[in-house]
Parts: sequence; C-alpha cells; structure tokens
Amino acid sequence: MFQKLKNFYHKLGSYPWFYKISGKVIPFVGFFSISLIVISSIWGLFFSPTDAVQGDVYRIIYFHVPAVSVSQVIYYSMSVAAAVFLIWRMKMAGVYIKSLAPIGAAFTFIGLLSGAIWGQPTWGTWWVWDARLTSTLVLFLFYLAIIGMQSTFASRKSADTAVSIITLVGVVNLPIVKKSVDWWNTLHQPASISISGESSISSEMLIPLLLSILGVYLFVFFTGLLFMRAEISSREQNKEWFKKLSSNN
Amino acid sequence: MLASNLFATGKNQKERIQDKKIMKQHRLKRLYGVLFIVFCSVLAFVLVYFAIRDNVNLFYSPSDLFENPPQGRNAIRAGGLVEIGSLRRSTNSLEIEFIITDLKKSIAVNYTGILPDLFKENAGVVATGYFDKSKMSLDAYQILAKHDENYVPKEVKKALEK
Repeated sequence: MFQKLKNFYHKLGSYPWFYKISGKVIPFVGFFSISLIVISSIWGLFFSPTDAVQGDVYRIIYFHVPAVSVSQVIYYSMSVAAAVFLIWRMKMAGVYIKSLAPIGAAFTFIGLLSGAIWGQPTWGTWWVWDARLTSTLVLFLFYLAIIGMQSTFASRKSADTAVSIITLVGVVNLPIVKKSVDWWNTLHQPASISISGESSISSEMLIPLLLSILGVYLFVFFTGLLFMRAEISSREQNKEWFKKLSSNN
Repeated sequence: MLASNLFATGKNQKERIQDKKIMKQHRLKRLYGVLFIVFCSVLAFVLVYFAIRDNVNLFYSPSDLFENPPQGRNAIRAGGLVEIGSLRRSTNSLEIEFIITDLKKSIAVNYTGILPDLFKENAGVVATGYFDKSKMSLDAYQILAKHDENYVPKEVKKALEK
C-alpha cells in the first residue's frame, strides 16, 4: 500500500504522465462540475424554501458559502504543495501553486463580494472590520502577493521557492479565518454546517447547498487541471516529450 | 522478491540502509526549514494578536461596559440582544429607543434613522455611538443587525408557532 502511494507520488511529479492523465479526466470533471453548479443554483434560487428570518435574500448562501469554503481549501492545498516543493524540490508543486493561486483569489473575491451584497440588506452595511471579514481580506491579499511574486524573479526555480515561502507564511491565517467567529465578537454569525454535530440549517436548504459546494469544488479541480496543463506547456514547450506530443496531434 | 530487490538496486550496503530511512538527511534539514518558517509566522501572528487584542472584538457586551466603562470621547460599539418589549418608536420622527442586553446587564440605546431589515426584538444588534457613563446609555449613529446561524423555512417556523 505504502509502495503504491509512493509510486503515485512519483508519477504525480512527472509532467508527461500528468499531461496524459489530466487530458482524459478534464472533460468528465468539467461536465459534472458545470451540471452540478447549474442544478444546485436552480434548486437553491427557485425550489429551496424561503428563510423565516431573512426571506429570499438568504439564497445568496448558495454562492457565498461554496466560494469562501473552496478559497480556504485551495490555500491549504497550496501550502501542502509549498512544503513539498521546499522539501522534495518537486517541480510539479510549483506548477500547482502558480496555477491554483489565481483560482483561489477569484473565489475569495467572489466570497467577499457576495458577502458584501448579502450584508447590505441584512446587517445594514456592506463591510465592517470584524475579525472574520478582515481575516478573509488578508487571505485575499496573500493570494495577490503569491500571484504578484511569480513574475518578480529571473529564474523559475527561485520564483517557485520564494512563492512557496510566502504561501507557508500565510497558512497561519486560515485557522484564524475559520475560528474568528468563535473566538471573538463578530458581526458575522458562526458556521451553519457542522460535520461532527447537527447543522443549524434545515435539511431542505442544506441539500442544495452541499450540492453547490461539491459543484464548485469539482469546478476548481477542472479549472485547476486546465491551468496546470497550460503552465506545463509553457514551461516544457522546448522539451522533447512535449514536441513529440504536439507533432502527434 | 526480497532477493531480487536486493540485487536489482546495485547500491552498496550503506546506501541501502540510507534508503530505508524515511527521509534523506538533506530533506530532513529542509523539513526543519519549512517548520521554522511556519513557526516564525505563527509567532508573528501571536505577537500582533497580543498587541491588538483589546481591539479584535467588534463590540463590547453590556457586561464589558459595566466592568470597564470606556474612557474618553471616542465612539464605541455595543452589541447584544434587543430586549423584548424595550423598543420605543417616536410617533412623529425616526427617533427610537431600545435596550441592549446580554441577559446579565443591559444598556439603553437611542438612535435616529432607518433600521436594517433584520432589526427586531430578541434579535442580535450592534450599535455604534458615543457612550454616556453617567446614564449607562449609548447615543448611537449606526445600527447593524446581526443574524444568527439558524436557517429555517418560513412554513416550518409558522407551523411551529401555531
């Protein structure tokens, strides 16, 4: 079992192997993610019940929660990739960070924007400097720093190293984002979905929400693969295997 | 299987022993480097937290205000529940009065303006304004409504209330 995992890990580091496998997976993942997003959006916007307190405005939850949730998961995965890059010098980890950072930034932005649009009618303000909102803004700024740093180095390797270090520095912010609503007084309410206990959102509203979360996660998987392939082809365009591949097609 | 493994590698005894270790020496060193970076950034965040911990909370609860009344003339935020039955509206202006409570202590709030949709009695609220220590009341210029983490369909709530 361990040997198999180790083999898989080594294969993951191989550009030709990744390029071949990802090409096969992409159409399926793309199809499932987009259909799930469409289904859950229609379900959430038109068929799930109206909330007793907030009325129909709560429906923005079907965009807000998946976006902010995936933006945190992307950052966690990027910091694992950063550690892998720094310890094992796996080039693929550098490709991963570079490709996923703009996706993470985009979803953090969607999360902040949808939160502001939600906050205006319910709380009475677009923005407030509470711990949850501020730490999410910090997450967004870390993403921007990672994206910005990519092009400030002459060599690919030093860029990947520096970016990995910045990514690791930012990972402490994630538990703060998650726990801020429990540790401090905030305007933002605590989490409604609980994995260990009972969720405080009724099941008729929860099911489309979970579907939309799954859809967005798959969408990130889909776009992540696309971006990584693009990054690999730009890094490897002069290599033998890549030329052979493109001449075959 | 084992024998073919031993012969196939073509490495000497010492190298094979090295391979058996979970991590090679130089990688272990880099792992310490990674842990050091994470440790430093945690330390930095903790230090920042201790420097700003009085300001991390968005608002004071009424109990906080009784224990530690704010000094000076700066605006503060107070938060809690709108006490049931405490809301008084003026008949000819937008002036309102209500009481914020944390179920232990409570303070009076007065405000002139439009309230957010979710503002109601027994619901969470955050009021920003100037605190009057002598009357234990807040002269608010902004009222924000808090909503809780519960989502219940309208029909279900109506059925429950019957």
